[in-house]
Amino acid sequence: MADKPEKRTRMPMPEQDPQVRARNFLEVPTGYTVAMAQEEAARCLQCKKPGCVEGCPVGVDIPGFISLLSKGDLTGAVRNLWSKNALPAVCGRVCPQEIQCEGKCIVGKKGQPVAIGNLERFCADYEREHGTGELPPKQKPTGKKVAVVGSGPSGLTVAGDLIVKGHDVTIFEAFHKAGGVLIYGIPEFRLPKAIVAQEINFLERLGVKIEVNAVVGRTVSLDELFEQGFDAVYVGVGAGLPRFMNIPGENLVGILSANEYLTRANLMKAYQFPKVDTPIPIGKQVVVLGAGNVAMDAARTAMRLGADNVKIVYRRSREEMPARKAEIHHAEEEGIEMFLLTNPTRYLGNDNGRLIGMECLRMELGEPDDSGRRRPVPIKGSEFTIDCDLCIVAVGSGANPLLTSETPDMQLNRWGYVVTEEKTGKTTKKGVWAGGDIVTGAATVILAMGAGRQAADSIHDYLTIGW
Amino acid sequence: MFTIVRREEMAGGTVILNEIEAPQIARKARPGQFVILKANEEGERIPLTMAETDPEKGTITIIYMVVGKSTALFRDLKVGDGYQDVIGPLGKATHLEKVGKVVCVGGGTGVAVLHPITRALKEIGNDVTCIIGARTKDLLILEEQMKNASHDLRICTDDGSYGHHGFVTEVLKEILEQGDVKQVVAIGPVPMMKAVSAITKTYDVPTMVSLNPIMVDGTGMCGGCRVSVGGATKFACVDGPEFDGHQVDYDELMMRLRAYQEDEKKCHESYCTIRDAR
Ligand SMILES: Cc1cc2nc3c(=O)[nH]c(=O)nc-3n(C[C@H](O)[C@H](O)[C@H](O)COP(=O)(O)OP(=O)(O)OC[C@H]3O[C@@H](n4cnc5c(N)ncnc54)[C@H](O)[C@@H]3O)c2cc1C
Ligand SMILES: Cc1cc2nc3c(=O)[nH]c(=O)nc-3n(C[C@H](O)[C@H](O)[C@H](O)COP(=O)(O)OP(=O)(O)OC[C@H]3O[C@@H](n4cnc5c(N)ncnc54)[C@H](O)[C@@H]3O)c2cc1C
Ligand code: SF4
Ligand code: SF4
Ligand code: FES
Repeated sequence: MADKPEKRTRMPMPEQDPQVRARNFLEVPTGYTVAMAQEEAARCLQCKKPGCVEGCPVGVDIPGFISLLSKGDLTGAVRNLWSKNALPAVCGRVCPQEIQCEGKCIVGKKGQPVAIGNLERFCADYEREHGTGELPPKQKPTGKKVAVVGSGPSGLTVAGDLIVKGHDVTIFEAFHKAGGVLIYGIPEFRLPKAIVAQEINFLERLGVKIEVNAVVGRTVSLDELFEQGFDAVYVGVGAGLPRFMNIPGENLVGILSANEYLTRANLMKAYQFPKVDTPIPIGKQVVVLGAGNVAMDAARTAMRLGADNVKIVYRRSREEMPARKAEIHHAEEEGIEMFLLTNPTRYLGNDNGRLIGMECLRMELGEPDDSGRRRPVPIKGSEFTIDCDLCIVAVGSGANPLLTSETPDMQLNRWGYVVTEEKTGKTTKKGVWAGGDIVTGAATVILAMGAGRQAADSIHDYLTIGW
Repeated sequence: MFTIVRREEMAGGTVILNEIEAPQIARKARPGQFVILKANEEGERIPLTMAETDPEKGTITIIYMVVGKSTALFRDLKVGDGYQDVIGPLGKATHLEKVGKVVCVGGGTGVAVLHPITRALKEIGNDVTCIIGARTKDLLILEEQMKNASHDLRICTDDGSYGHHGFVTEVLKEILEQGDVKQVVAIGPVPMMKAVSAITKTYDVPTMVSLNPIMVDGTGMCGGCRVSVGGATKFACVDGPEFDGHQVDYDELMMRLRAYQEDEKKCHESYCTIRDAR
């Protein structure tokens, strides 16, 4: 091709029409074709010192996989991805690329960066749909047993890494289905559950055993796992403790945590009620508190379930919204309204204890706070009311103490997260590692997977060399 | 699958007992704890207290009232069938202590939940009086078992068809009048627990109740089960299900239990129509 690649604009991702998709649960971006992917791949300059790789928390060999893709070696491309990232089909869809790989891409300095996420997703999808499904070679059995607690991205990574190294791996999951946030949190229209199911099936074919309905700390304790003959344990239980606003009226009917709302919708498939038995409240006028990925997912789910209007209420300004850019963009396209610099002060209910509205204050930005972001301060006398019959609280989550409170010899920090050694993920309890959201607080899929990979290496060393 | 090894009907088929194979749970369960059950792929997660556990046999027993779609679906399971998922043991175990004279008050299927607690209170040396009630004689459950689990059993029916004619609270008041009661345990419909707590408060007798809000995960992850206790929000699945009866906001609990009433009715009716057509 004659023209300089960096001059060309980024290949747009084909998407369902906003009007249509706002009422269905099918995936929003429909994916590149081979031709589209190769055209986009041609925009990569194959940098000698690639900024993109520095931006990726697990150091995916981005020019490497893109070059294989350009040559048409898709199997090679996906193998290359797998060597750093066990779940490229997931990360290509959910990584906040704009602050990671794509944020550091040189092409992005003058125009739009290479669509690394879209290409990663393409390679993984292609392999899933067209590949042989061939399993990677496994080393011969070591006779060592590893228990992985929690089946989110970090636990799945540990299991996948250790099974190919020849260890005997069992995952213990509290829910009746494996996958963690990928199954119960992130909705179908953003991450089809069939993709997650296939990744889990892949691990099972490799020999990983999965015990669902196993609440570690209740059904079985960590110490009992050692008594049952496990040699090492990885704790990847996530940050599953919903935060509420602690303002008057919060227990009215019609106010749910995002965890509850999304679990009903995704894990329990309540959007198919009454075909399935779990109900979900259908709001006509919906308010979602918060502006992260979780809030966007809740708002867009409410829209799909038939709301007349959905409002995001957030106390800071647009710049501080923590959600991925693509999610905010998609939400707005689907008709979700943003009430920024707005903070709820109390909920209003009727005589039956049902939510009918919310009193809010307008805010303005003041001096920077600890996080370096300008602190929102209330404007006196700016109270106003928003009518609503459903409110979903998505203002963050904390460390769930169910397992950790039953394990007193595993040290926690003052917020209840597990303390680990930086490079290895070792906890203060012998033979126990931890990683993902239960160590870092609510973060990202790729960071949880990165922590899993580090811990898997350290567990392997322990099982073959010593603690 | 968690296989049903024994099934009984009580109270004219409105209350069902299932003994289920669940060795891991049976080994760990303590009185007062519950499990969450899901019958099949499309099923709802339903919390039920373990009325009995047999660690040696590896079984747990649940006793439930058929009130809606999910419990109707459970009723249709036969011996040899099973639940796809059983999760537990969940919740805090009952705090058991030797205090002297204790009164246990049960209503409806609350009696099933009360039974293991009553027995344990007696076993550790308390003097246990039991009051159990039902609308009418035919709906009374576990009379024989409750007699064995306590020193003195009193029975009440709303219609006077058996035992004392009237509410459990009337008998409770008589006993409290005699003095010396150190502790009351009340488990049953919310209005009953509310009424019992109001009475014991005037006599200043510590009272424990077991709450049954709507739940999803049962592990403190969703906050759907939140209840107000002493002005603070608690998650019943991990902080409870047992709480100080004098501190509970019962009116809020009753409102929250009605959250899905309309939806549930639709779901149940369509299930009954389909089943009856078969
Ligand atoms: C709605 C939502 C949207 C998100 N969107 C994005 C996004 O777009 N991009 C992104 O990068 N990140 C996103 N995140 C964050 C990301 O999903 C998490 O950071 C990541 O899943 C953490 O992985 P984990 O393995 O640590 O834990 P989790 O995924 O939380 O998995 C933990 C698992 O452990 C299980 N468990 C908990 N306690 C026990 C126990 N005692 N015994 C046994 N099992 C237990 C849980 O049931 C769960 O399955 C989102 C999160 C949510 C909730
Ligand atoms: C910790 C705990 C322990 C319990 N133990 C027992 C037990 O041992 N035996 C027993 O019979 N029941 C018990 N329950 C109540 C039982 O879970 C409900 O009766 C059941 O969920 C109803 O399901 P359903 O689909 O059949 O009825 P639904 O169709 O869901 O509801 C029918 C009616 O019951 C109300 N309801 C819904 N969920 C609940 C709930 N969790 N509790 C009370 N009412 C509800 C609805 O508002 C509706 O009016 C317990 C509940 C909890 C939280
Ligand atoms: S894993 Fe995430 S950050 Fe890394 S290259 Fe892929 S999309 Fe970018
Ligand atoms: S920085 Fe951009 S152009 Fe350079 S290798 Fe990475 S993706 Fe290609
Ligand atoms: S049932 Fe979800 S927190 Fe209690």
